[in-house]
Amino acid sequence: MALEIRDIHKHFGPVRANDGVSITVGEGSLHGILGENGAGKSTLMKILSGFYEADSGAVVLDGEVLTLRSPADAIAVGIGMLHQDPLVFLPFTVLDNFVLGSPGPVRLDRSNARTELERVSTELGFSFDPAALARDLTVGERQQLEITRLIWLGARVLIFDEPTTGISATQRIQLFATLRALAEHGMIVLFVSHKLEEVEELCDSVTVIRRGKVVFEAPMPVAPELLVEEMFGKVFVADEREPVALGGPVLRLESVSVDDGKTHLDALDFEGAAGEVVGLAGLEGSGQRTLLRACAGLLTPTAGHLSVDGVDLTHVSYRGHLAVGVHYLPAGRLEEGLVEGISVTEHLVLTSHDRRFLVDWKGAEAAADRVIDEYSIKGRPSSPAEALSGGNQQRLLLAMIPEDVRLLLLEHPTRGLDVESAAFVWKRLLERRTDGATIIFASADLEELLTYSDRIVVFFGGSVFAVRDTASTDGEELGYLIGGKERV
Amino acid sequence: MENTLNSIIAAAAPLVIMTMGESITEKSGVVNLSLEGSLRLSAMTGFAVAFWAGHAFAGFVAAAVVGAAIAAIIAATSIRLRLNQIAVGFVLTLLAADLASFLGDSLVGERGPRVPPLPIPVLSDIPFVGKVLFDHDLVVYASFLAIAVTWWHFYRTRSGLNLQGVGERPEGAFARGIKVNTLRFWYTVLGGAMVGIAGAAYSLDIKLGWRETLTLNLGWIALAIVIFGGWHPLRVAFGAYLFGALQVMAFQLQDVFPGLAQVLPIAPFPLMILALVFVYSSWFRRIGDRLPRVRNLFGSEAPAALGTVFERE
Amino acid sequence: MRSAAPTLVALVAALAVGIVLLVLVGAPPFEALWLLVEGSFGSASKISATLLAWSPLLLASAGLVVTFAAGLWNIGVEGQIVIGAVAATWVARSLPGPGWVVILAAIVAGAVGGLLWALLAGVLKTHGGVHEIFGGLGLDFVAAGLVIYLVLGPWQRTGVASTSGTDIFREDAWMPTLEMLGTGWPVIPVLLGLASVVVVWLLLRGTRFGLRLKAVGRNPKSAALIGIPTNRYLLGAFAIGGALAGLAGTVQVTAFQHKLVPSVSGGYGFLGILVVLLAAFGAVWIAPIALFFVAISVGSTQLDLRLGLDSAFGGVLQGFIVLFVMVGGAWSARRASVERAARGEP
Repeated sequence: MALEIRDIHKHFGPVRANDGVSITVGEGSLHGILGENGAGKSTLMKILSGFYEADSGAVVLDGEVLTLRSPADAIAVGIGMLHQDPLVFLPFTVLDNFVLGSPGPVRLDRSNARTELERVSTELGFSFDPAALARDLTVGERQQLEITRLIWLGARVLIFDEPTTGISATQRIQLFATLRALAEHGMIVLFVSHKLEEVEELCDSVTVIRRGKVVFEAPMPVAPELLVEEMFGKVFVADEREPVALGGPVLRLESVSVDDGKTHLDALDFEGAAGEVVGLAGLEGSGQRTLLRACAGLLTPTAGHLSVDGVDLTHVSYRGHLAVGVHYLPAGRLEEGLVEGISVTEHLVLTSHDRRFLVDWKGAEAAADRVIDEYSIKGRPSSPAEALSGGNQQRLLLAMIPEDVRLLLLEHPTRGLDVESAAFVWKRLLERRTDGATIIFASADLEELLTYSDRIVVFFGGSVFAVRDTASTDGEELGYLIGGKERV
Repeated sequence: MENTLNSIIAAAAPLVIMTMGESITEKSGVVNLSLEGSLRLSAMTGFAVAFWAGHAFAGFVAAAVVGAAIAAIIAATSIRLRLNQIAVGFVLTLLAADLASFLGDSLVGERGPRVPPLPIPVLSDIPFVGKVLFDHDLVVYASFLAIAVTWWHFYRTRSGLNLQGVGERPEGAFARGIKVNTLRFWYTVLGGAMVGIAGAAYSLDIKLGWRETLTLNLGWIALAIVIFGGWHPLRVAFGAYLFGALQVMAFQLQDVFPGLAQVLPIAPFPLMILALVFVYSSWFRRIGDRLPRVRNLFGSEAPAALGTVFERE
Repeated sequence: MRSAAPTLVALVAALAVGIVLLVLVGAPPFEALWLLVEGSFGSASKISATLLAWSPLLLASAGLVVTFAAGLWNIGVEGQIVIGAVAATWVARSLPGPGWVVILAAIVAGAVGGLLWALLAGVLKTHGGVHEIFGGLGLDFVAAGLVIYLVLGPWQRTGVASTSGTDIFREDAWMPTLEMLGTGWPVIPVLLGLASVVVVWLLLRGTRFGLRLKAVGRNPKSAALIGIPTNRYLLGAFAIGGALAGLAGTVQVTAFQHKLVPSVSGGYGFLGILVVLLAAFGAVWIAPIALFFVAISVGSTQLDLRLGLDSAFGGVLQGFIVLFVMVGGAWSARRASVERAARGEP
């Protein structure tokens, strides 16, 4: 059995997401597909799994050209995909999630399905409570449920799209063991990731995709520097940061406890100085967001005290935090930040300090023109937010940060941005720090954390696991810490 | 007592059929807001066709087609044109109601065929239960069947599980090979046909003949009952019977307390609102956290993708 | 406003369907359509009647533009008109003093009544988790029940309680008209209506409040993070929409019925929703569309008198127009985007 992807093309409007991609993978191989965010990996996998139809090209399995018009076609020929956010039905039981969509007679024989679930999951080394609700499972368990289901349906090719996002270190170890076992049983496993170290650890061959094209193919191992070069086109060298003398404390947390229903931070002591950049590292959902939201005033601490510039904000609302110069920038730009259907000018008016009842549109438009110039936003004052690209949306959000900000809280400030935009974003952010603001940002990118932070706080399992000065640590140690282990 | 129960069950029969239909539609993720208009137009059409054909059955078929057609407009404009289901549903509510008044004007006061009573032999002789459940006509038996089949379909069949998946997380259903929009379209049409049948039941069974105020507000009330019942067929049916009881009580009390008779038919809406506020209250949530069974009994969660449009890209 | 061509096609299609329906019921179609025009604009008194009906529709529509801007389906607008009418009736019945004082007080009372009733739906939404469609519908029912109770009970007509309404108000509590061309012209209601459209247009276009309201309507999450108190803005939109609907109720009782009747809303709330849908949620086209619709409504009463047709024909025509314009607009937009995609443009 071999899977052959032949010259796949797919464009969305002017964007060539896949521009003649060809890959061949043999039976029993664990093949890594590496690429930066937006390189075209996900599009290719969605074509393989029938989500999208390719504009041209072919997918060949066992010498047979496949017709993939819908996921139903893909499932029928044995291609199964596990999505980054497992597509399970949260209010349904594990058992119902298992059988939903499977072929069979009209009457649903749940006892038979239960037997099947137990049989397949035992083979894979998983264990489920069939009556549990999917919403009560961890992301890792939801993945296991999906793997079980796909194997049960007879999948021969399994696609894993960034499967390690949001799962714990132990679950990751278990997942990797499962993937190896599946490959040993003769399946083709495609492992899609932008995380180099995972591909190194797991895969026996690799394809690197950049800007919709295959740029590199080789059996593993391959020198990591080479892979990085192929992924990014050039080796990314961080600018040397100008050292900034830290000022007095801006943010102060005194034994703060806070709970968002999922993670619980307990008795946290923390100080952020003027001009300091603090990076928050950890797997997604380990408590970084909880801390950021508590500092922003979106979660009220259950104990302890939180202050900014000496002003006690423990029980002050989000808008109270805004008033003393706290600014929070979540990761979802169009979900939690910008408003669709509202123009660049209007966004700037919404955040301006001008409190007059009537809006001076002429002036506002001139101001918007200046901002567009200053932040080199590709767009017009009248462009609605959704018409801007991700990088330009982020630039607009930066422009919306007030001048006198004291504490800047950011989630994944450069996620999904091209290198140039990311560098621009940080240039702007670092200017704020020179002005004496404290910056706290969460990121899943070790390089970003190491490049821009003065201090790195590592979260694991819902609490602060370690705090390191950037000067005294490196990527390897951070990797261990994020997985919940000290370097040995 | 058994006579009262008998009339409650008979009075609620069309409402049961209609709410089952809307539950099916909404479970698939589509809101058919047009019930108030659909019901009127199908009641009028059903009566007109039965009147001209001289046969009640023909009226039911025509009414089902009308209900299905209106539902098909909502589903198709949502799926194909991404139009807001609420907006289209609202326009169709007013349009269908006015169409019914305009086209049915000449039929007001006419008498048409009716659904004959059909006590089930043997079963209807059982004391008490026989009178309450088995001394009815086909419409009422159809309402029993609607509850049973809807429940069985939702919770005991593969297609019912797929239906719920489509309304809960369409992209997940699509990934499993389910044709999301095809299912949504046909379940919406099915739900609409059931609303149509309910309309004909009002003009050919419950009350004989057509007039504008025949089904006044019952469509809106059905929408409220579906929410009140948390999209669960048995709880929705309970809501419909509760309303049937209010109607029968209002009728029986109208000589004694004329004011009360006016108020009772309005009662379901404030009751539903109170129920929703209650379920939303922090007090209830605290209880629900401690006793999940209570939460499952009263708490109602709308299908997560209700009212949204699904596109594969 | 949408592009003109599909709108025009939709209008013609709606008219064609209307003609077919008229033929279907055996009516002379062109005579019937002419009656619509003649019945609404055929004489000075008919024009005056049309303008009088235009005013509450303008008021209700203007209010709905505000609630739609905030992303709200204010189905409770009917109840808000009714409660405005009730409040105005209460003032007209019980307040002594000169007529203009009574009328001014009735205007204020009507606006406040509608405002409070709308806030009730608003609070149910923001603090009770009840979707405004169902909260609003429920309050519509309650308001309708309240009027029937008042008309049959405490405010029943002298002599015998009847659903035909309360006693007629004393004459100096009627909204004054301008006598001209042999008929009374409803100057004050029309000015109120037009002023409401202009104010709403200015509010949404030129003010911080309007911009922030739009942000709340389109993305409450982002709006809240920008620092806008979203619940307060939602309630603000309800308050403005309710006050304008309440004013519509005031006009209905003080300028048109001169008493409280169960059907006091005249259906202008729901008709207003159609008007705003047709105007694509903007304030600019409200006035002409409302005039067009109200002419159809007023004219269609002639069908009943002259041809023995049901006056619901007006509603049928309005419904088809809105449906076809919506579908036509969405269809041509869809086709344009498909064509663009085929050419490889964004």
